[in-house]
Amino acid sequence: MLSESVVVNGKTAAQLPLVVIEPSQGWIRINLAELFQYRELVFFLAWRDVKVRYKQTVLGAMWAILQPIITMVIFSVFLGRLAKVPSDGVPYPIFAYTALVPWALFATGLTQASNSLVNGANLLRKVYFPRLVMPIASVLVGVVDFLLAFTVLLAMMLLYGFAPTSAVVVIPGLFLLTIMTSLGAGLWLAAFNVRFRDVRYIIPFLVEIWLLATPIAYPSSLLSESWRQVYAINPMVGVVEGFRWALLGTDTAPGPMVLVSSIASALLLVSGVFVFRRMERNLADVV
Amino acid sequence: MSSDLAIRAEGLGKLYRLGSKFEPRLTLREQINRIVLSPVRRLQAVMRGESAQILGTDFWALEDVSLSVPYGEVVGVIGRNGAGKSTLLKILSRITEPTHGRAEIRGRVGSLLEVGTGFHSELTGRENIFLSGVILGMTRSEVISKLDQIVAFAEVERFLDTQIKHYSSGMSLRLAFAVAAHLQPEILLVDEVLAVGDAAFQRKCLGKMSDVAQEGRAILFVSHNLEAVQRLCDRCIWLDGGRLRMEGDPGTVVRAYLENGETLDSSYQEDRQCSLNDPVVLREATVLNAPDEPSSTICFGEPFALRLRWDVAKDLPGAVVVVQIRDAQERLIFAASTQGDDFEMEAGTIETICRVRENVLRPGDYGVSITCVRPPRTRFVHLDRCLSVRVLDVPAPGRTLPQLRRDALVAPDVRWDFQGSMVPGGAGSLQVSYEN
Repeated sequence: MLSESVVVNGKTAAQLPLVVIEPSQGWIRINLAELFQYRELVFFLAWRDVKVRYKQTVLGAMWAILQPIITMVIFSVFLGRLAKVPSDGVPYPIFAYTALVPWALFATGLTQASNSLVNGANLLRKVYFPRLVMPIASVLVGVVDFLLAFTVLLAMMLLYGFAPTSAVVVIPGLFLLTIMTSLGAGLWLAAFNVRFRDVRYIIPFLVEIWLLATPIAYPSSLLSESWRQVYAINPMVGVVEGFRWALLGTDTAPGPMVLVSSIASALLLVSGVFVFRRMERNLADVV
Repeated sequence: MSSDLAIRAEGLGKLYRLGSKFEPRLTLREQINRIVLSPVRRLQAVMRGESAQILGTDFWALEDVSLSVPYGEVVGVIGRNGAGKSTLLKILSRITEPTHGRAEIRGRVGSLLEVGTGFHSELTGRENIFLSGVILGMTRSEVISKLDQIVAFAEVERFLDTQIKHYSSGMSLRLAFAVAAHLQPEILLVDEVLAVGDAAFQRKCLGKMSDVAQEGRAILFVSHNLEAVQRLCDRCIWLDGGRLRMEGDPGTVVRAYLENGETLDSSYQEDRQCSLNDPVVLREATVLNAPDEPSSTICFGEPFALRLRWDVAKDLPGAVVVVQIRDAQERLIFAASTQGDDFEMEAGTIETICRVRENVLRPGDYGVSITCVRPPRTRFVHLDRCLSVRVLDVPAPGRTLPQLRRDALVAPDVRWDFQGSMVPGGAGSLQVSYEN
């Protein structure tokens, strides 16, 4: 029986939250309510990384725009002009750039999330919070860059004479799908990175291979209709083709691809969360 | 009133596999290597007749520790390095999981395991207050409401919008502590935070801690500062080798802890024989207290001696013995050398005793380094911190330990001579001298 009298901070014992600390067994369930309580921390960690990201650079946030633009120029010159890669009937530069905008969000998020625990080791050893907060915050860091790059995309559409249609309503959904995929893969890698620092060196390769396996420099219409659904097991395929369909009106109907990609992404995220939670219990001793 | 407990822990234990604690950065290749080779090694060990127990690199950082902290109480945790104090705090603050046992925590926990958790040098003072505050468990609105108090406490008003990489170390320390001091959790876990900063800053921190205790919150306070533990705590826990050795009134526990000093390295021994290539060996080194008994714990102001026994293979004219005493922060407090004395390193067994007649060491732990050199550049023996000396917080007969001396680097015995007409009833000049 808890006492009725005020104990501390104007609260009685019954009003204070009770936490039980015990060795955990098996797969740990995910405490979403607790994660929600720490939403401000997610925001502040992301805010910190955004603030610090372009400190002491001359061009500052310009880099967020320059990176996809430079890649676009290189792709356009070498692949669009020289290799004559088809681009679903739209000008190659905007064809590539439309894909590079969500790709940059994905790649930045993946890299940051994978290294989040190792880079934040000092914090992890000194204070408690749900460890999921760190990779989630890292994935959100790319959102500011995304918004800047997206603004440039809108300007380019204007330049090339693409009027947005009602199809743009799917963009937030595709944005979410990108975040989910980035976080899902990031959680897997973050969990392994804690134990095996090799992951750090694998990430750049992985991002490069993933870039080639995603229809960014080329259209997925190069594949036959039936193979496209298999191809879309890579969740970024659905995202990229969805973006092109919604903004540029390419006629590669992305519906089934987006569906396959969403399922694959959800599986990646759920399994990532479990792997991450599994590793989490001894995190402070290992990292 | 068991219901008003802030913390109740039963049988907490934490097992570390040395493989994972001390070699955390195994690469994949090493890991594979280890997995492949470990059965082979195990087999080899069994063939050699070693038991599996020897192979096991398990280590209990904490073993079967039970404790309870009611609201309104400050509980101190003392113990030597590696006794499990930090592990206990890490478990209670949920940074790491226990291997055994169970703890119930009623209320929000704020853990201060270091000063400046979450500070980022590229951000401004104001930004860091928010960042650190939220990381330590405050909400954004709480930080906003306390911002002025934090800034005033830290005395950094003018630099609030300056990046903290431009702060002096003292300033960022003050700011960091100010944030921590304005946390409002019901339970505070504090680890050695007070070990940093100058004496004035430490006093400020201690003052803030006792204010917090007055408000009815619960504090678990880990410290090497035994004087602070005695002053602040209602109860004290002594951890030794991961186990709870003693619990009770702080004065009693601290005294028992201090008297347990013999397990320090009060003597050093070496079995190696000297040879012509290795002409000097320090066979034995011992700390002697005032009655010339081996003991590494001495009272404040008590004279002590270092007895060194050497094995010397050949005459070494010009060789000198040097002893250096350093404090826990590695500051050289004093050094003594046989240079200038009538000392010769002659073949055979030699005993040298370095008598510290006036002990100026203030209470604390010291390390003794012993060297035998022949200037300019021949070094026969160099043993870094091979002996420990602990000066107790207890004055030797005839000595007093004034508060002021605790903050000073050394505490020599002084004599005051007074001259003047301040003596009551005294007319003219009167000379008074005090001697002990």
